[in-house]
Amino acid sequence: MSSEQASLHVDIEHHKESFISKYIFSYDHKMIGKQYMITALIWALIGMGLSWVMRIQLAYPGQQIPIFETLLGRYAEGGILAPEYYIAMMTMHGTIMVFFVLTAGLVGTFGNFLIPLQIGARDMAFPLINMLSYWTFFLASVVMLLSFFVESGPAAAGWTAYPPLSALSSAIPGSGAGQSLWLLSIALFIVSSLFGSLNYIVTVLNLRTKGMTLGRMPLTVWAVFIAAILGLLAFPVLLAGAIMLLLDKHLATSFFIPAGLYVGDALLSYEGGSPILWQHIFWFFGHPEVYIVALPALGICSEVIATCARKPLFGYKAMIASLLAIAFLSFIVWGHHMFVSGMNPFLGSVFVLTTILIAVPSAVKVFNWLTTLWRGKIHYTPGMLFAMGLVSLFITGGLTGIFLGNAPIDIQLHDTYFVVAHFHFVMGAAALFGIFAGIYHWFPKMYGRMMSNMWGRIHFWLTFVGIYLIFFPMHFMGTTGVPRRYYAFTEFEYTMQYGGMNEFITIATLITGAAQVIFLVNFFGSMFFGKKAETNPWKAATLEWTTDDPMPGHGNWKGEIPTVYRGPHEYSTPDGKEDFILQTDSTGFGKMDKE
Amino acid sequence: MNHDAVLEQKKIMESEWGGGKAPFGVSWRKYMMWIFIVSDAFTFGAFLAAYGLFRVTSAGWPDTYEVFTAFPFIGVEAPMLFVAMMTFILICSSFTMALAVSASYKNDRTKALKFLGLTILGGSIFILCQVYEWYHIIHDGATMTSNPWGVPLFSATFFMITGFHGLHVLSGLILLTITALKVKRGFYERRGSYEGVEIVGLYWHFVDLVWVFVFTFFYLL
Ligand code: HEM
Ligand SMILES: [Cu+2]
Repeated sequence: MSSEQASLHVDIEHHKESFISKYIFSYDHKMIGKQYMITALIWALIGMGLSWVMRIQLAYPGQQIPIFETLLGRYAEGGILAPEYYIAMMTMHGTIMVFFVLTAGLVGTFGNFLIPLQIGARDMAFPLINMLSYWTFFLASVVMLLSFFVESGPAAAGWTAYPPLSALSSAIPGSGAGQSLWLLSIALFIVSSLFGSLNYIVTVLNLRTKGMTLGRMPLTVWAVFIAAILGLLAFPVLLAGAIMLLLDKHLATSFFIPAGLYVGDALLSYEGGSPILWQHIFWFFGHPEVYIVALPALGICSEVIATCARKPLFGYKAMIASLLAIAFLSFIVWGHHMFVSGMNPFLGSVFVLTTILIAVPSAVKVFNWLTTLWRGKIHYTPGMLFAMGLVSLFITGGLTGIFLGNAPIDIQLHDTYFVVAHFHFVMGAAALFGIFAGIYHWFPKMYGRMMSNMWGRIHFWLTFVGIYLIFFPMHFMGTTGVPRRYYAFTEFEYTMQYGGMNEFITIATLITGAAQVIFLVNFFGSMFFGKKAETNPWKAATLEWTTDDPMPGHGNWKGEIPTVYRGPHEYSTPDGKEDFILQTDSTGFGKMDKE
Repeated sequence: MNHDAVLEQKKIMESEWGGGKAPFGVSWRKYMMWIFIVSDAFTFGAFLAAYGLFRVTSAGWPDTYEVFTAFPFIGVEAPMLFVAMMTFILICSSFTMALAVSASYKNDRTKALKFLGLTILGGSIFILCQVYEWYHIIHDGATMTSNPWGVPLFSATFFMITGFHGLHVLSGLILLTITALKVKRGFYERRGSYEGVEIVGLYWHFVDLVWVFVFTFFYLL
């Protein structure tokens, strides 16, 4: 054991915990992970509520919905959502989902909870900034929430915050205080993410237990590790952009505002800036961000699939290589969001090439999952179902990605519902399924109790079918040119024909949303009343299942941290008595760990 | 169990990345600083890239040799002389920092303190010079939105980039002061490692290196 870990262990044993130090300003990585998880779940409910508002508006435009007025007040006077606030709700929905639900719910939650447990460490390297990371995130949450209550309403320039809408305070109501709070909140979020990433990376580098080489780490740890590196390189660029945007807004610089711009009838005095520059900066961050949330979900998926198919993960090394390849490529594809920005077609074709290249490592992953499942002894736990659902969603969304990655097709499909369908499959729903898979799988380790399998399965099927019913029809709308970010489809003939389809999608949304209540009841109910879990309920091979208690305390292992002798996903191996071998199983190795 | 697996495990347990130890003996603290530096470099990189774009796309970018001509007390115009001096001082402070690190590894507390003091002095002079320079061009009429020499983005990027760098120098000075106090009180001696000094040193070198880039791209080119 390294001396760093030894001293930590001593600290922990002589440490009486008060309520505040245990549940609020906790230094324990497991508690911090759970704090991230609960906060992300609350945000998910808010984000889902906003999607209901949008969907109801799209299905029943112009109709009075009394509850809108009750819930949204001046944003929906007389029960009719005002157009400028549709855009605001959409912006907040996107922002909340991407940053506060998926990033926090995957990297924050599973990064914190799993890294030390799975690599055999007592805690993160630097628990203090780990705690600060959560509380900075919390502060970012508060600021973002506050923006719902300012006079002019929350930000409304889309989650991408394109200028000039985001840069000119006078452009639309949401461009005022709402946008400033949005930028502040995102800046805080970036700091929080930086704290987290620093910790994840050095913990993985330095605190692995004896025998835990990089090549024996479970794929979840690999995925979070790589996602942390992505975050570390992508977020600071957004920070620079956010600072420049704030300067534009508050000190009247014109970094992102071109000359000759009119608001109303007044010519503005800005000169020299470039709104396209923001797009470059934003997407240099934005595309890796997609993978910051996707990679941990894919990692969780790989691990759950291997465990529940009772087979070694097919192509463990190829899985790592493909994660690395995806991560690398994600920094040189951002132009595919900008094909219609007037980009030089030659440059565009370079971005087409890099984008399509990502299909290769992505396909490697998909085939490896399928091969792992092939002839496996599949245990259909809820976690497994969500992992398999993720594979399906990833394929569906990935295929439409190949369409959109081609400039000539994207020029037709850009800013249509085809794009909405694409990213909700590949990013939204797939990553959400990663969260669900992770929660169902590691809940026993988090709370020492089991969630109900039956209700988990029902939750899965309703959600899985629901997602397809909601988002699949959007492809058809998109191919006929129905634009995204529209308040209502009542003005043009070619969009009006989708009245029925929009209503269908909305009903599917409401049912799928209601089905999440099953999850919430199962989650919170099992926390207190669930069946007591065994230490290793899924008979998994990785380290977190070797702790002394089902729900490990501060310091994770009571005695020495175990030594590792083999890879993370060894199932159905011929020389084992059971159909799995723990990573710590030293049969046949003699007493070599005693120096 | 076959013999190969046992041998393999033996090799792993002894290897650098085999777990249970810090790879190459580098502590996580030092790795953390390195990683932070890479991340921070991306922020500066974004600012400098934005600056590059503005500069290339704006007609009539001011000639820095005509803007930065002030030098205190000499009464004549001296293009670039002042900023060259600032840069020189900052580079010297990097040099004294390196000496402080090597002295502290030799457990020579007085010498380490002396060089840390010199580093702090260099950094402080740099900041004061920067205040002078800001004062001067603000006096000449430069603001975030306009300046007498031409393109408004010139002064906007100037204030933004040198300001952001200045904040880094300032945080560096605070860190250095804390480190110097710790050296003085024997904190590192008791801990048995002067690594903390080296880690602050890494940060300081980084801040200086960034300045060299700012100096080259913003002033010289
Ligand atoms: C079943 C749940 C969901 C429903 C019904 C839903 C519905 C919607 C709707 C109606 C829009 C607005 C489209 C438009 O007006 O152009 C939208 C936008 C968006 N959604 Fe969702 N969504 C859901 C879940 C998610 C999730 C999990 C994510 C996470 C990535 C997400 C991310 C986004 C983003 C980024 C936007 C774009 C916002 C913008 O244009 O700035 N959504 N969603
Ligand atoms: Cu992209």
